[in-house]
This record gives sequence, structure tokens and C-alpha cells, in this order.
Amino acid sequence: MRRLLVYLVLLVSAPVAAVAQERMFWPEQASEQAPRLDAFYLALVAINGAVMVLIAALIIVFAWYYRRGSHVNRRFPPHDLLLLETSWIVGTLLIFLAIFAWSTVLFFRVQSPPSGIDLDIYAVARQWMWKFQHPEGPSEINELHLPVGHRVRLTMVSQDVIHSFFVPAFRVKMDVLPGRYTSVYFTPTRTGTYHLFCAEYCGTDHSGMRGQIIVMEPADYQHWLDGQRPETTLAQEGRILYLRHGCSGCHEPESQILAPSLRGLWGSSVRLENGERVTADHRYVRDAILLPQREIVAGYEPIMPSYTGVIDEADMLRLLEYIRSLSREEAAP
Amino acid sequence: MSSQRHTSLLHQFNDLEQQRLSYEVGMWIFLATEFLLFGTMFAGYMVYRTHFPAAWAAGSQELNVLLGLINTAILLISSMFIALAVRAGQLGLGRSAAKFLLVTMALGSMFLAIKAYEYHDKWSHHLVPGLNFEAHPEHPFGLPLFLSFYFTMTGVHAFHMIIGLGIVGLMAFWCWRGRFTAEHNSPLVMTGLYWHFVDIVWIYLYPLFYLIGR
Amino acid sequence: MKEAMIGQPGRHYLNEGGFGWKSWLLTTDHKRIGILYMISITSFFLLGGIFALLIRLELLTPQADLVSSETYNRLFTMHGVVMVWFFLIPSIPAVFGNFLIPIMIGARDMAFPRLNLASWYLFMLGGIVAIGAIVIGGVDTGWTFYTPYSSTYANAYVVLTVIGIFIAGFGTIFTAINFIVTTHTMRAPGMGWFRLPLFIWSNYATAIIVILATPVIGITLVLVGVERLLGFGIFDPAMGGDPLLFQHMFWFYSHPAVYIMILPGMGVVSELVACFAYRRIFGYIFVAFASIAIALLGFFVWGHHMFVSGQSLFAGLLFSLLSYLVAVPSAVKVFNWTATLYKGSIRLEAPMIYALGFIGLFTLGGLTGLMLAAAAIDIHVHDTYFVIAHFHYIMVGGMVLAYMGALHFWWPKITGRLYPNGWAIIAAILIFVGFNLTFFPQFVLGYLGMPRRYHTYPEEFQMLNVLSTAGATILGGGYALPLGYLLWSLGWGKRAGPNPWDARGLEWEMTTTPPIKENFEVIPLVEREAYDYAEPALNIGEQLRFEREMAAQGEKGYR
Repeated sequence: MRRLLVYLVLLVSAPVAAVAQERMFWPEQASEQAPRLDAFYLALVAINGAVMVLIAALIIVFAWYYRRGSHVNRRFPPHDLLLLETSWIVGTLLIFLAIFAWSTVLFFRVQSPPSGIDLDIYAVARQWMWKFQHPEGPSEINELHLPVGHRVRLTMVSQDVIHSFFVPAFRVKMDVLPGRYTSVYFTPTRTGTYHLFCAEYCGTDHSGMRGQIIVMEPADYQHWLDGQRPETTLAQEGRILYLRHGCSGCHEPESQILAPSLRGLWGSSVRLENGERVTADHRYVRDAILLPQREIVAGYEPIMPSYTGVIDEADMLRLLEYIRSLSREEAAP
Repeated sequence: MSSQRHTSLLHQFNDLEQQRLSYEVGMWIFLATEFLLFGTMFAGYMVYRTHFPAAWAAGSQELNVLLGLINTAILLISSMFIALAVRAGQLGLGRSAAKFLLVTMALGSMFLAIKAYEYHDKWSHHLVPGLNFEAHPEHPFGLPLFLSFYFTMTGVHAFHMIIGLGIVGLMAFWCWRGRFTAEHNSPLVMTGLYWHFVDIVWIYLYPLFYLIGR
Repeated sequence: MKEAMIGQPGRHYLNEGGFGWKSWLLTTDHKRIGILYMISITSFFLLGGIFALLIRLELLTPQADLVSSETYNRLFTMHGVVMVWFFLIPSIPAVFGNFLIPIMIGARDMAFPRLNLASWYLFMLGGIVAIGAIVIGGVDTGWTFYTPYSSTYANAYVVLTVIGIFIAGFGTIFTAINFIVTTHTMRAPGMGWFRLPLFIWSNYATAIIVILATPVIGITLVLVGVERLLGFGIFDPAMGGDPLLFQHMFWFYSHPAVYIMILPGMGVVSELVACFAYRRIFGYIFVAFASIAIALLGFFVWGHHMFVSGQSLFAGLLFSLLSYLVAVPSAVKVFNWTATLYKGSIRLEAPMIYALGFIGLFTLGGLTGLMLAAAAIDIHVHDTYFVIAHFHYIMVGGMVLAYMGALHFWWPKITGRLYPNGWAIIAAILIFVGFNLTFFPQFVLGYLGMPRRYHTYPEEFQMLNVLSTAGATILGGGYALPLGYLLWSLGWGKRAGPNPWDARGLEWEMTTTPPIKENFEVIPLVEREAYDYAEPALNIGEQLRFEREMAAQGEKGYR
């Protein structure tokens, strides 16, 4: 039933989208979630439009028909009709709950991770530019090349204030926070060049913090990537940092000082000293580097120094990617 | 009509009972505002306590629990004296009320003096975030946050104490001059409510900062 | 103006107690304090309006041509700060609430007249400090003061602005204490809770929100100020602080603050609709309790401003659900107002046009609010012009129209003069049309993806922005008109009788126009329900006598 409704609304939305080729009244639909969101939006526009027209019509008709001096029946005007009041309270509540249910199902589908990720990209935002980091090594400023039809996860962090990653054509938006990773998931469905906006006010040149998302055919994307590819991947750069900051001194299996091994760490469940269990993800590993005293791994001494102020966000992502790659190697062979 | 009106009855009221009710309802509503003012900071306190439990436990160690205890006792006793003052005022004993209020003021000043000493102590130990702070290797974030909340919350509390001292002083003066009678003593009652409120805030601040995690 | 006041015969609050500036600046009369507020918030409204006009002019073209980015950011910040804290929040409560609450409930004054005056001084002091911040360089954080931008990075007078808001906030709190206490303890004999005009109910609900929400923003802004001055790290992630905590605290106040702004407007509309439909409001009890329900539920929906801020999905779910619940009482009000028109005897005077305009625009604002409460749509339209359009439909289309309606409805009672009706109707229609032309295109812009607070924008957004700016010009003209004819009416308007609208309520039926200083010769005994339009007005004889006198004077009716 719901599916039928969605299709019906899509049927209406398609011509609207077609008329709006000029991007004058309707944003392009270039991601998997865009048509779903548009369908829901148009359904709400229809419901709201109907209510608005009803209220406006009632006001205008009453104001004219019952204008002072008109000879109409005004006998026994009702004052309190309990049944009427109850029915419009319950009625609006039910409609609202239905809208809420539809919205929430959609919200969870869009915001929660998809079943698989084809492409993992990092973004570092700062006043007033975007820096994107492909796992193969290349990085881009204010531009992001993506292959069409791939499920993308963007892991984002800010170096200074709060920014927000907003691509209208994809119908995605997520704030980019300092000191904390947030993610967005989307699958581009159409090649082309799309606006990227910073949607959270971030200072003087906020409106200049724009970029382009360039969606390409997978072959073109590969071609572009080959043209860009630097000598090292992100993980390899991370290994260099791993050695330079002396992490290897303790965390290598053969080292003298006892520190938890990083092989197979990523994605595993870590038991902490206080008995809790946490999943080793971006958040955990980042905090372990910056605030090592906060979550002590069970069975180890709290001897790791803090790297706050030593490692910046871009290097942090390299390190994370390296630590992550250690678990991939483990799993691959 | 005006010839029969009580001298303390303000023009907008019909009788003293209405006036008394208005004053006291107004004070309670004001205290509701104050409750939310401190409540916001308590909410922030809870958020960071759960973020950095170890650092906040370490922070408690930096505070002088004995001085905190003495201050708690001082405030409780001062609350008793202001309650006596209010009672005396309600019985129309202006002079005794004034004396009780003076004792309250003395106790409140003692509290502030001890608080000032504690602040100074923190300063000399480089424990004032932002102004005079030595980075703590084990708790680079948690400890300054603990102390930030300590200074903000006890600071706002101390500010309320200072205002309270001023009001109590004014009340003592008015009581001495015989301004309040058995029928009209709402300002005194309101002052009492305010003082008790400030006292109660401290009753929460003391365990939250000095005791938990110790 | 003074001339005009002397022109009123008889004794009333405008001539009792003198005319000197001292008699105004030291007054404790709630009516005079209401007028002090009226003058001050009108100035703030003009100031905020000038900022808005400059913003719209800059957005006429996609490039930066009128002002620099620094200036533009200051413009929208100060527009927000001035309009929210120095116009919208005080507007109806501080002007009409102050003037009317004691009269409507049959009291001689507020419970705390001196506190009332102190509130105005705090408000003015806060306003002057905030304007001082503008003069010496402004503030560019947006009215939301999001950390860590405001606490660490902003390069402007954040602390000074924050102090201004803090001080003005306490002025608002004291006014609210006065309202609540006055409503509880000062009602005339016979004035039961369910005989109170709905204006009182909605102001009472507003006061509850002010009491419980304002201290939260106060202390939060203090924390931001302390962080800037002393370098505490409570909101600074570089020092372990949590920037989202600020957003939670800010919206814990600022969402209820939206209801602080709209509830008094709803109260005004209830009065206007009842009077000009000439009929008891439909479902009085439901409208009254809808105000209270909004006040209470409004405290639990703040997270819907943060769907994409990084809060958990389940928090998003909960806040979305609660947002739908709080929309129900607002819908109930709209339905009841519409039902009141049924079998009424409707007069389309200027205040009624504002009231009907309010219902329409508020409904559209509310319906688009339903879309924003849907977390799925909010992902796309959050922080775009869709949000801007939505809240301007509520704040300007709702609250400002209600304010204008109230001004036109009670103006004769306040000043004793009638304004030219034809001009008033023209102005009302201009404002309605100009408003829609300004803000409706912004819904489309928002769905297209134009982010808010953008100084420059991609070229494809230009056409809609031009439309919007054109509308703003009409809107500006619409606001200028009342300023002209209302001031004119002070000197040359026709004198108003005690009850020119043939309305019900103590302020119309039991007081002279303008009211005397203590409002009533004798505190009235209330024996009728509110909005008892089935019975003739109590002082119909006095009104007729006044009209006979005026007719006998012939042309002398106009001075």
C-alpha cells in the first residue's frame, strides 16, 4: 500500500522534475535517496496544500457569507461542541503520527549505514575549504570526484568550527564537527557536476565555502584516479607517521614495552578496564591517541602519553587508515 | 477609602492579605527561574562528569574537603538564624529580627572569606583554567573542565551570596527601624526564602565537587 | 504628541501626574510603561528592519556588491539579535500585556509596579549595550551564537552583545513574574479563571515559558562570555569541551522562545476574532488550554533543530515525535478561530484583516513546520532558506501581524483617537501581499538548496531572490504607512468613545477612553463570561452619549 503510494507520488513528481530541468523550481535528483525524499516531500506539500486551501476557503466564505448586514441564518450559533473538538484533535494527531512514521522510516534508512560500503572517503573541513582524501592517496580541495552507482561513506571532521556538508542534488546534509567524526552515506545515481555547500555558518567567508561534486562513470573515475595517483596510499602515509611518532616502539608485537597490538584491532570489540566493551572504530582509535587515559584496555597499564596538539586532523586520518589497513591485511589472506 | 488603608498597603492592592500573597507567589516564581539558572550548569556538570569520570574524581582530590565541610556547616547555621529572624519578624519583634539578621550576615561573610581563601589556594597551585594553569599530564582535558565548572558554579553561587548579604543588610536596617509588623513582613519572608535557596544550592555543590569520587 | 494628549478632555492616565519627562521615566503606571515599551520596541523594529532591507538588497545579485562579507555577516546577526530579543520577545507582552492585563482582570495596576518599571530599564540597558556593540563594530556569530565559533573563533564583540541579551533577559523575566502574580492574585471579584479573556491565558502561558527558559539562555551565554574572556574550555573541542552541549542548551531556551514570540499573538487573535465576528470564541476551554499545552510541550522539542548536528538517530526520532505532538494544540487554535466565524456577524475592519491574515500565514508557517519536524525532510532543508521562510511565516506573518492587529484594535483605547480606517486597510493588505511575495519564494529557494546566511550564491538562485527583494520593498512600504497615519491620528484623529468597536471586556465596558490612572473608579464586580456578545455592552449608554456629543459638535469632532 505504502509502496503504491510512493509510486503514485513519483508519477506526479516526474513531470514536475522534468519541467524543472532549468533548476529553477526543483533541485536535480542525483542520489538514490533523492526520489524517495522528493516523493515524501511532495506528499506533504499535497496534504498541506489541501489543509491550507480548506482553511483559507472557510475563512473567505465565512467572512463574506456572515458579513455584518447580510440576511442569513445566524440562529443558535454553536459555542462548544465536544464531539467536534475531540474529533479534530484526534484527527490531526492521527495524520501527524502517520507523517511521523513515514518520515522516521525514511530518516533511518537514509542516515544509517548501508549494508556495504564501496568507497570510503575522508573529509577535513576548515575555514573556508573542504579537503577530501581518497583512500588510494589522492586528495582534492573543494572538489570531490565520485563514481556513479557506488555506495559512498564520507567520514568527516573539522579542524576549527562547525561546518556542514550539504549536496542538494543528493539530498544529504550532515554537520562536520571539530574533535569528532560524523558520517554521511549516499549513492550517486547520475553523472554530472553538483553543488557542494557549507550549510552551517562558519565565519566570514561561509558563503565562499563551496565546492563541486563530480560524479563520473566508474571507468572515467578510475581513469581520473590513475592520473592523480601519488606514490603512496593513505595507509602508507599513515605508516610513515606511525614510525615517526614512535608508535611502533610500543605497539609492534616484538617491542619491549607492553602495549595492545593494533593488528586485527579495527572493528573488534575491545574490553576496557572498567568492564565495558567498545567497538574499535574511528571514534575509539582517535580518542585512544588523543585521550589515552579515558578508555584503558583491560590488562594494560595506563602509560600511553597523549598526542593532543601533536597530530593534526589530516595526519590523524592517515594514522587511522593505517591502523585500519592492519586489520584488512589480517582478514584478506 | 484611603484613610482606612494600612500604611504599608500599596495602592494597587485591596488588602494586606492580597499583598502578602502576591509578594510570596512572586518570590517563589523568581526562585523557579533561579532553579533553572543553576539547573543548566548542573546539566553541564553531569555531561562532563560522564565524559571524564576519572579526571573528575582526580579533581575532587584537589579541593579541600575540610574547608568545604566547614562552609556547609556555616551556611546551615546561617539558615537557622535567618529562619529565627523571619519568625521574630512575623511576631513583630523587629529588634530581635535585626540581631538574628546580623548573625546571618556574619556567617555569610565567613563563608565568603573561606571561599576566597580556597580560590586563592587554587591560584597559588596553578589550578585556575585559562588564567593560571599548569597542564596536567594525566588529565589534559578533564581536570581543567572540572575546575572550570568548579569556578563557574561556586562563583555564581558566591555572587548570589554577595547579593544576599546586601539584601539581608537592608532587611536588618529596616527591622531595626521597625518597618515590619506582625501584619506586614513579606519582604523579610522573601529574603528568608532567597537565603534558604542559596543555601540549598550549596548543599548540592558541596557533595558534587568535594565528595563524589573521593 | 504632548499637544494631542492635552487635547483629550477629562482626567486620564495621559494627563494625570503631569506631562514632563520625569512623569514618564519615573512612572509606575502599567499603561505608561506599556507606552514606553511601545516607543522603544518600535525603534528596535525600525533598526532591525533596516538591517533586513540591507540584507535583501545585497541578495539582489549573486555577487558581493553592496557590502563585504564581514558586514553582511554582521547585518544578519544584528537583524536576528535585535528582532528576536529586542522586538519579538517583548513586543505583545511588554506593550499590550502591560497595558491590558491589569485592566482586563479588573486591577488598578500590576502586582509589582516598581519592578515593572525596573524591567523596562533593564530592557533598555540591555538594548543600549547591544546597540553599543553594533556601533563599535558589531558581532558576526549569527543570533544562534554556535560554539566554538562564537566562543573561540569569532572576531567581534560577542561578549558585549551577550551581556546586552543577558540584561534584557532579566527584564523579560521580571515582566513575566509580574504577569503571573498579577493574574493569580489581582483578579477582580467574580473574575474566575474561565472568565479571563484568552489574551490573559496566552500571556500567562508565555510568562511560564519565560520563567523557565530564559535563565537557561542567560547562563549559557554567560558561559560563552566566560569562555571568551578567561579561556575556559567548556564548549571548545580543542580543550575537551562539547560544542553540541551549547546547541542543546541554546535550543532548550530558543525553541520555547519561539512560543514566547507566538503565544501572545494567538491571544490577540482570539480577542480580535471574537470582537469582529461578534460572537463568543468557539471552544474557549480548548483555546485556553491549548496555550498551556504549547507552553509545556514546547520544552521537549528542542532537538528538532539538531537532526543533522550529530546527535543520535534515536534522539532525532523522539524529538520528531514530540514536535508533532506540540503541533496539535496550535492546529486546535486555528480550527477554533475558523469555527468562530461560522454564524458570526463579521466586520472586516483593519484589526480583523490583520487577524485573518494571521490565521492564514500562521497556518502556512505551521504546516511547513510539520515538514521541518519530519526528520527526513529536515536533512535536506535544514539551514536553508526553507527554514528562513518557515520561521518568518510564524514570526512576521504571525507575530508581527498580530502586533499590528493589536495596535489597531487598542489604539483608540490607548490614545483616545481613531485612525483613518481606509489607510489602515490599505496598509494591512500591502503588508499581507508584500510579506507573501518576500517569503514564499524562499520556500522554493530552500528546497532548491540555497543555504541560509549566504552572502553570495550560485546564479540559478537569482530570480527567486529578486522576487523576494521586490516583496520586501512592498513590505517596507506597508510598515511605513501605519507609522505615518498613527502618528497623524494623535493630533488630528477623530476622538474615540469608550467602546468604538462595540467590543466586550472590562477594558472596553468598564473604563473611559483613555483610562484613568487607577483604571477603574471602583473595582468592578464581574458577572458575565468573556466575549458575551449575546448581551449588549454594559456601557452602551455612555457610548451613545459620547456619539451624540460628537454629533452635536459637528466638525469639531476633528480637532
